[in-house]
Amino acid sequence: MALLLCRGIRMYPPLLNYAAFLRRKSHVFYCAMSTTEAQTATQGSQSTPIKISPHRKEKGLDDVLKDYEAIIGIETHVQLSTLTKAFCSCPYHYGSQPNTNICPVCMGLPGALPVLNSKVIECAVKLGLALNCKLNIKSKFDRKQYFYPDLPKGYQISQFDVPVAYGGHIDLDLPVEFGGGHRRFGITRVHMEEDAGKLLHSGNGRVPLLEIVSEPDMRNGIEAAEYAAELQRLVRYLGVGNGNMQEGSLRCDVNISVRPIGQVKFGTKVEIKNLNSFSSVNRAIDFEIVRQALLLSEGQDDQIVQETRLWEEGSQKTVTMRKKEGLSDYRYFPEPDLPGVILTKDYVDSICNCLPELPEVKRRRYEKMGLSMQDILFLANDVNVAEFFDATIAKGADVKLAANWIMGDIAAYMKNEKLSIDDIKLTPQELAELIASIKGGTISGKIGKEILFELMAKGGTVKGMIEEKDLVQIADPAEIEKMVDKVLLDNPKQLEQYRGGKTKLQGYFAGQVMKASKGKANPGLLNKILLEKLNAKS
Amino acid sequence: MLSATAHSQLCRLRPVPALKPRPLTAAAAAASSPLADQSPPSTPPPRPSPPRSQILTLRRSLLARETTAVQLAESYLARLRLVEPRLNSFLHVSDSVLREAQAVDDRIGRGEDVGPLAGVLVGVKDNICTADMPSTGGSRILEDYRPPFDATAVRKVRELGGIVVGKTNLDEFGMGSTTEGSAYKVTANPWDISRVPGGSSGGSAAAVSARQCMVALGSDTGGSVRQPSSFCGVVGLKPTYGRVSRYGLMAYASSLDVIGCFGSSVADTAILLNAISGHDRYDATSSKREVPDFISQFTASNTLEDKPLEGMRVGLIRETLGSGVDSGVVSVINAAASHLEELGCIVKEVSLPSFSLGLPAYYILASSESSSNLSRYDGVRYGSQAVADELSSLYGVSRAEGFGSEVKRRILMGTYALSAGYYDAYYKRAQQVRTIIQKSFKAALDENDVLISPAAPSAAYKIGEKKNDPLAMYAGDIMTVNVNLAGLPALVLPSGFVDGGPSGLPVGLQMIGAAFDEEKLLKVGHIFEQTLRGHRFVPPIIEDDNTC
Repeated sequence: MALLLCRGIRMYPPLLNYAAFLRRKSHVFYCAMSTTEAQTATQGSQSTPIKISPHRKEKGLDDVLKDYEAIIGIETHVQLSTLTKAFCSCPYHYGSQPNTNICPVCMGLPGALPVLNSKVIECAVKLGLALNCKLNIKSKFDRKQYFYPDLPKGYQISQFDVPVAYGGHIDLDLPVEFGGGHRRFGITRVHMEEDAGKLLHSGNGRVPLLEIVSEPDMRNGIEAAEYAAELQRLVRYLGVGNGNMQEGSLRCDVNISVRPIGQVKFGTKVEIKNLNSFSSVNRAIDFEIVRQALLLSEGQDDQIVQETRLWEEGSQKTVTMRKKEGLSDYRYFPEPDLPGVILTKDYVDSICNCLPELPEVKRRRYEKMGLSMQDILFLANDVNVAEFFDATIAKGADVKLAANWIMGDIAAYMKNEKLSIDDIKLTPQELAELIASIKGGTISGKIGKEILFELMAKGGTVKGMIEEKDLVQIADPAEIEKMVDKVLLDNPKQLEQYRGGKTKLQGYFAGQVMKASKGKANPGLLNKILLEKLNAKS
Repeated sequence: MLSATAHSQLCRLRPVPALKPRPLTAAAAAASSPLADQSPPSTPPPRPSPPRSQILTLRRSLLARETTAVQLAESYLARLRLVEPRLNSFLHVSDSVLREAQAVDDRIGRGEDVGPLAGVLVGVKDNICTADMPSTGGSRILEDYRPPFDATAVRKVRELGGIVVGKTNLDEFGMGSTTEGSAYKVTANPWDISRVPGGSSGGSAAAVSARQCMVALGSDTGGSVRQPSSFCGVVGLKPTYGRVSRYGLMAYASSLDVIGCFGSSVADTAILLNAISGHDRYDATSSKREVPDFISQFTASNTLEDKPLEGMRVGLIRETLGSGVDSGVVSVINAAASHLEELGCIVKEVSLPSFSLGLPAYYILASSESSSNLSRYDGVRYGSQAVADELSSLYGVSRAEGFGSEVKRRILMGTYALSAGYYDAYYKRAQQVRTIIQKSFKAALDENDVLISPAAPSAAYKIGEKKNDPLAMYAGDIMTVNVNLAGLPALVLPSGFVDGGPSGLPVGLQMIGAAFDEEKLLKVGHIFEQTLRGHRFVPPIIEDDNTC
C-alpha cells in the first residue's frame, strides 16, 4: 500500500525517472502512512476526529491521495553566526544600576538606537548571489509592530517591501536513495531582520537573521526537506552561519495547502512550525498532506482552517498551535533609525569575486569527472568533505579511488569515532600518497588500509610509516619463489593431496606464503609463481 | 499673507484664531499664580548691554584663578534654589555638582589641562539619559527610572569638563508646546510666572533664562527648542538632523528628533553645540561630516565694521507673517529684518507655498513614529508596571496608567495613520508632503543664505490657556515644524518684546540655514545679537540679582 500511496502526489517537475520515484516514495511514505494509522487509531481523543468511512477504508489512502496535490512553500530563518550582534553596538562602560551587564540596545532601553553591522549586509549579498537572486541596489529597513514579551522595543526591525534580494532560484539533486532527480525551486526573496524570537538573558544581543522565502514550488516532504538541506549547504559553503537546525540556527516554517488536482484555486494554507530537523520537515509535511487530503475527501473542507500547527516529534503529528483570526496588521513603516542600504557595483562585484564554488557547480563538476550521483552527493553535501576530496585530487590522486577511500573507510572511521573530516589527522596530501603507493605497487591494498587507520588516528606520512614498519611490498619474483618453495617443502602432505586433484588447496598455500611474507608479498605475483610451482611437477 | 490653503489649514486646526495674549493685569497674575506675591518688581531697570558668553567669562576667570568652579557652582545653585519654587524648571537637581566642581578646581590647581566646558553648569532635558540621575522623560511610566548609560551628548559634555546640574522639566516625552504636559509639574515662564515657558523643552529654556544653569540641552522634534527659546528670551539652536547623536535621547519621532542647545548668548550656544556635535557609532543616522569650530568665525563686537553682514542674502518667509500671527510678533520680526538690513543684509520676501502643509504632515509623521517608539514602554522590563493577571492586561493597564492624555492621543493618531487601509492616505501622503517641503526649502536656500521667520505665532500665553485645546496648541507649531521635516538647522534669537507680563514678553527671531551650515547661522546670529540695541536679556525674576 505504501508503494501505491505516492501516486496521489503529482511529481514536480516531471523530468525524473518514474521508477526511481516510486522506490523513493515507497521508502518515504512508509513513515507517513504508519503515522496516519497511528492517528486514526487515536482519533477518539482528537477534538476534530478524522472520520474515515468504511467505504473509504476499503478504498485505501492511496486512492484518496491520488486525487490531490500539495503546494508547499518554506520560510527559512538563517542565523548569521559569524556575528554576535546585528543591531546593537554595546558600550562597555555601564553605570552601576541593575541590568547594566545587558546592552541597552538589546534591552530596548529608552534612548537606545539600533546600529547595523555591515557584516549582515555582506552575508545577505553573499546568500542573495548564491541563490541567483536579483539585488535591490537600494533597500531599507522597516518596523514590524506587535507586542510580545520577547520583543523589547514593541517592534521587530525587518525589511518589508524592498528586500535586499529577490527573484532567484536554488538547484538541487534529490538523494539517490529517494529516487534522485534534479530540482529547481524559486526563491521569492531574501531579507535581513533581527531575531525576535531569542530570549533576552542570553546577553548575546539581537542575533541577525536572513529570512529566505521560497516560491510555493515544492510538492512533498522530501522535496521540502532537500530544499532546506540545500539551503543549509549554501549557508555553510558561504560561511555565513552554522546552519544548525537543532540549535535553531536554521529554522524552517512550512506553508502547505492541498487541493484537488485540476483545481486552480489554492487550498487553505496551514503553517507548520517547530521543525528541528530535515526529517521532521519531511515527515510533518507528509503527515499534513494526508490529514488535509482526508478531510477534503470527506467533504470536511471547513475543518482545514488557516492556522499555525506544531510538529510534535513524540507523537509524529501536527497539532494546532494558534488559529489566525484574520490578518494581523503589523503597521509596517520605514525604520527611521537606520539609513537605507545602498549597494554599489564595486561592493557587489567584490563579494561576487570572493564567492566559493557553490554546491550546485561542484556537483556538476564532479558529474563531469565521471563520479556517480551517489558519490557526488556524498562528497558535495559537506563543504569540508568536498574540500578534502578536492585537495586530494589536486595532489594527483585518482578521482574514483579518492572518492572510494573517503566514502568507505574514512567515512566509516569518522562515523565510529564521531569525528568530522577536519578532526582526523590524515591530510589530503597523504591520502593521495597512499592511493599512489597502492596503485604503484609499493604497498598492498590490505597494508594500505592498515596504514590509513594509523594516519587518521595519529597522523604522519605514508612514506614514513612504510619505512618505519618495513611494509614495502615484496615484488621480487625470486624472493617470492623462495618463500613458495619453502612452504611447499614444509607441507608435503598437502602438496600430495593437491596433486592428487584437490586443487582447492591452492588457497591454503597462498595463505601460508602471505603469512610467511608478513602480508607484504605482491598477491598477483605470489599466485602466479605458486601456480607454476604447484603444477610444475604434476 | 498666508496662501488660501495655508489659511484654511490654520483655521481648520485652530478654531480660535485670536492668538494675541490678553493683557495681563496684576490681579490676573495674582489669580493665576499662587506664587504671585513673590513676583519681581513690575518695572525693572532696562539692561541694554548685549549678553556676554558665560562660558568664556568663566573660563577666563578660572584660568586666571580669579574664581573657582566651586564658588561659581555655589552661586548658581543658590539662585537655582531661590527661583525654583516659582519656576519649577527642574525635575531633579544633581547632588554631585559641588563635588564635580571641586574636581575641576583640583585639576586647575594641579596645573592640568581642563576641557572647554570645565566648570560649566549644564541643564539636561529629562528625556536625555543620564547614568547618575533619574531620567523620566516627564512621564509617569518612567518614574524613578535610572538609565545605565549617559546619552552621547551628555557623555561628551562631561568629557569636556561640563557639570550636569540637573534634569529639566518637559512635556511628556517631548509631546507638547507648553511643558504643562509633564506628569510631574508645570514650569513657569521667568518673564511672567503666570505664563508657560513653551515646550516641550520648557524646563531647559526657563532654567537658562533664569540663570539656573549656564547652558542647557533640549530636544527639538517640531520646535521644542525654538519655541520655548522665543517664549523665554534665550538663544536656542536646533542643529541639522544628524549633526548631534540621538543616542540616549528617548525617541519621540526618530526621523525628526534632534538634541538642541540653549544659551543666554549665541557664543554659549555655539560652544555647547561644538561640544556635542559629531558622528557617533551608536547612532546610524549621525553624520560623519566634519564639525567646524563654530565660534572661530565670530567677530568681537568692538571690532565690527559698519556693515558686517554686507551682501548676506536673507529671505523673509512670507507665509509666516500672515493672519493668525500676533501683530506684535510681526512688528518684532519686521524690526529684526530692518536691523539685518542695517547690518548690510539684502532682505527679500520669499514664498514657500508648501509651508502650511507642514503642520498636518508633521503631526501625522510624528504621531506615527511615536506610536512605534513608545511601544517599548510596556511595563515589562523597566519603568512602572501595573498589577495584572495576564499579559495583555499588563500591557494595557501599565500604559493606561503610565501615559498622559497627550501621549495617548498621539499614539492613537499614529496607530490609526499606520493601519492597513489608511497608510497610503496618511503616512505615505505625509511623506510625499515632506519631500515637497524639503525641495521648496532647498530652492529657497539656494537663493538665500538664511531664511527668517518668527519662532512662534505669539509670545508666551497663559498657563492653562490651551491645555484643553490640543488643536490650538498644535497650530502654535506652524513656524517650526517645517524645519524638522526638512532636517535643517535653525537658530532662535531674542529680538524684541510684545506687551504682557510685568515687563513685556520676549519674541524670538527664527533663522533657518542650509543643512550643516550652523556655522553661518551662528555667525550671523552673533552679530545680530551683539548689535541689538536696548534689548533686555535678563528676565525680571532675577533682575535684582547682580551676579548674572
